[in-house]
Amino acid sequence: MTGGTADLLDACDLARSYMIRRGLLGRSTAVRAVDGVSLKLARGETLGLVGESGCGKSTTARLVLGIEPPDEGVVRFDGAAMPRSGTSAWATLRRRMQMVYQDPLQALDKRLTIGTQIAEPLDIHRIGTPAEREQRVAAVMAEVGLQPHHAGRHPQSLSGGQRQRAVIARALVTNPDLLVCDEPISALDVSIQALVLNLLMDLQERSGMGMLFVSHDLRAVRQISHRVAVMYLGRIVEEGEPDAVLHEPAHPYTQALVSAIPHPGKTASRVILQGDPPNPANRPTGCAFHPRCPVATATCRTETPDLKPRASDGRRVACHVAHGEASSARAPASLETC
Amino acid sequence: MLHYVLSRLLRAAVSIVMVVTFVFVVLRMSGDPATVIMGADAPPEAIDAFRKAWGLDQPVWIQYFAFFEAVFSGELGRSMRDGRDVVAVVLERVPSTLSLTVPAFLINIAVGIPAGVHAALHRNSLIDRCVMVMAVTGFAVPSFILAMLLVLIFSVNLGWLPSAGQDSWLNAILPIATMGFGGAALLARFTRSAMLEVLGQSYIRTASAKGLPWPAVVWRHALQNAAIPTITIIGFMLGGLVAGAVVVESVFSWPGVGRLLVVSVANRDLAVVQAIVLMIAMTMVAANMVVDVLYGLVDPRMQGQARGARR
Amino acid sequence: MVDTTSSSATTGGSLMARFLSRFGSTNRMPILIVIAILWLVLMLAIALSADLISPYRFTQMDLRNRLSLPVFMGGSWAHVLGTDELGRDVLSRLITSIRMSLLIAFGATIIGAVIGVTLGFVAAHFRGLIEQAVLALVDFSAAIPFLVLALAVLAFFGNSLVLFVCLLGFHAWERYARIARGLAISGKMHGYAAAVHQLGASPWRLYGRHILPNIASTLIVSMTLAFPEIILLESGLSFLGLGIQPPDTSLGNMVGFGREYLSSAPWIMLAPAFVITVTALCVSLLGDWLRDRLDPTLS
Repeated sequence: MTGGTADLLDACDLARSYMIRRGLLGRSTAVRAVDGVSLKLARGETLGLVGESGCGKSTTARLVLGIEPPDEGVVRFDGAAMPRSGTSAWATLRRRMQMVYQDPLQALDKRLTIGTQIAEPLDIHRIGTPAEREQRVAAVMAEVGLQPHHAGRHPQSLSGGQRQRAVIARALVTNPDLLVCDEPISALDVSIQALVLNLLMDLQERSGMGMLFVSHDLRAVRQISHRVAVMYLGRIVEEGEPDAVLHEPAHPYTQALVSAIPHPGKTASRVILQGDPPNPANRPTGCAFHPRCPVATATCRTETPDLKPRASDGRRVACHVAHGEASSARAPASLETC
Repeated sequence: MLHYVLSRLLRAAVSIVMVVTFVFVVLRMSGDPATVIMGADAPPEAIDAFRKAWGLDQPVWIQYFAFFEAVFSGELGRSMRDGRDVVAVVLERVPSTLSLTVPAFLINIAVGIPAGVHAALHRNSLIDRCVMVMAVTGFAVPSFILAMLLVLIFSVNLGWLPSAGQDSWLNAILPIATMGFGGAALLARFTRSAMLEVLGQSYIRTASAKGLPWPAVVWRHALQNAAIPTITIIGFMLGGLVAGAVVVESVFSWPGVGRLLVVSVANRDLAVVQAIVLMIAMTMVAANMVVDVLYGLVDPRMQGQARGARR
Repeated sequence: MVDTTSSSATTGGSLMARFLSRFGSTNRMPILIVIAILWLVLMLAIALSADLISPYRFTQMDLRNRLSLPVFMGGSWAHVLGTDELGRDVLSRLITSIRMSLLIAFGATIIGAVIGVTLGFVAAHFRGLIEQAVLALVDFSAAIPFLVLALAVLAFFGNSLVLFVCLLGFHAWERYARIARGLAISGKMHGYAAAVHQLGASPWRLYGRHILPNIASTLIVSMTLAFPEIILLESGLSFLGLGIQPPDTSLGNMVGFGREYLSSAPWIMLAPAFVITVTALCVSLLGDWLRDRLDPTLS
């Protein structure tokens, strides 16, 4: 899937820190939200990015779109470096890269009608005549499954699913090459989640755009993605085909994530994570996962593992144990949970 | 705590720099400072000496620093009217103004806070309603109208009190009453709402539910928590008191700083205006700083926040 | 840095609809508010039709009828509210003064809101040093009594109507600046403003089309609360002889000149004093009520 011509999106060694003020004296500490993330995305491909909340997936999404500048690393979109946020070159690029948000009610302006807001990217980028814009808005609304009469409604008079469809319509109205979805279904009712997920898959297939799908929901990611990357504390720890990664996880963290998915009728072999949940402000040395890792060795405490293909099957994973570089009392369990 | 006090000091210093800058800019924009400060009729050699002393032949930024030097060494020029040093002219009026503002401020606190607390504790009672009516009136009736109504009633119609001058202590009664009423009404209103808010909190209900006598609940829990917003308002009231003094001293021909300011503005005695503005501004900055620090002492939560604590 | 005004950006909604539904059902409106609105409508009507309804020109002197009593004190119907020391009709002067004072208060309120909102948005947009500079200015104007600053400016620059209105416009600008900055920052951090920014919108579009309408209700309430203060400030300065200069007349100016005839002709001063007080009272009642209704986040 990753093959072909030049990548649509090529992010290389992205890092981003935030200063957090704590305590009475306001001494600030740097929190590395994203720490050396590289990812590539081809046209027509969907990359799923999973991890717990606070692992830096949303920050990665914002860096990829150029909303925030990375402290280190570069983002290249369609072969060209990302212009600085707020410049006119950056603004022009917006018609080609769009975003879908977690909370559609937050992402929409409550004082404007849905139709006006879906048309707004066309207004901003001065695409087409007013009549053409109207046609395009009607077409894209039909595409996402909104009724024509919804155009005159305000966001708060629509249901959650309809609002998210409106946000998707607004993102698609300029026919973007890249769509970044940041937890697009997690704020929706469970019954709506599958519909929106299917809609996104359909749209992606039809338009051939690249899609970065950020979620903590492993099953949604598995369903929609062509490739999946697992993040832990600002780094990608494992990457590969979704079925392979989620069926046979190589990294102990992925194993724990996968085993946490509830399965009817299957109770065995849950890996319970030990220790404290991760705190990005206080990053452990070596492999950041080692305090919670059931198979951690001395090497894991001191040396940070690189993300590189595993010798056996080429799966990209960042784990000393998985690469056989560190001998452990227990080999990483190959769980057959799915 | 030290850091908190230091950050307040820094803010006060920035404010003072801005005040001096403001006066400098206004002075520069209004024409030649030498003639503005010395008056157009001043002898040419005096103007030349002034120019030299203030470095007016130097570039603007040097003048700017020279102005700071002059301000902090108290060289603010001479009054156009009698040629005396303006600092002396202003300072000799200060006791007069304090003899109005200090009693008025004490009345504000002595009347306003008990009235507000009482109104809050007896919500919707007669006293509560009276306090609210007084509070709203206190805002809507400006001090100059209140002053004139008092003159109309107590001087013109009843003939009990003098309406102007500074002949005896009787003269001070009406001005003090005018300033005392407005501030007390404002303070009562804020104390009442602060108390009501505190009384609605769950810890008050908890305290009284666990059997603590009601007076102890009010004293130990409610009053001390309501003190925090009230101190803030008292800080703001100082500004109102200064503005009130300007108006009230003018109405009652009371020879204080406020009247001097109004007369000097009318006569364009700019050296005096400049001195008064600088002195009032510095007093206000200092007072606000004291309130900020008090605030930090009463409410330890505020110490972590560098800015916006009083908003 | 603490934004105390943050959450009301999300309360905008179909504000107009809520506003109208509240206005439509007068049975839920307290009688006091109805009276206040009626009084303000009356004042507005007087201000708009001042030339049509004043019985005399406000400068016209009638030297044979100096200091004549108003009707309710036994005077003639020729001068309903009596005349002043030059025999000028108090009612006509009052009508002209209402127009002048309202004009100044409206002008100054709008100027203050424009300056404050602009600086607040500038601070929110650029952050960093520019924001710190705006905040220092806010601190500065919050610390010093505005009356004193206004007197200083009037002393150095002399007086003219335009300068006077602009000067009063600076009253309360820092409140709008704080509100606009706080709401714009919280809007930009998350939600619709961030989304619109990501669509590639220019700052003009972002602030003008999206953020401004969303904070309009808060701003309108603040303007209603600042309006009576400006009326009082204007009348105070005019009373001190430092505001509106003769032959123009304003409410405070009338009270100021009536002061000399307090013992012999109190009606000259009482009529404008009454109008000042009642108008300030009505606007502030209305403002409090609007605030409670529309914007519970302001205190």
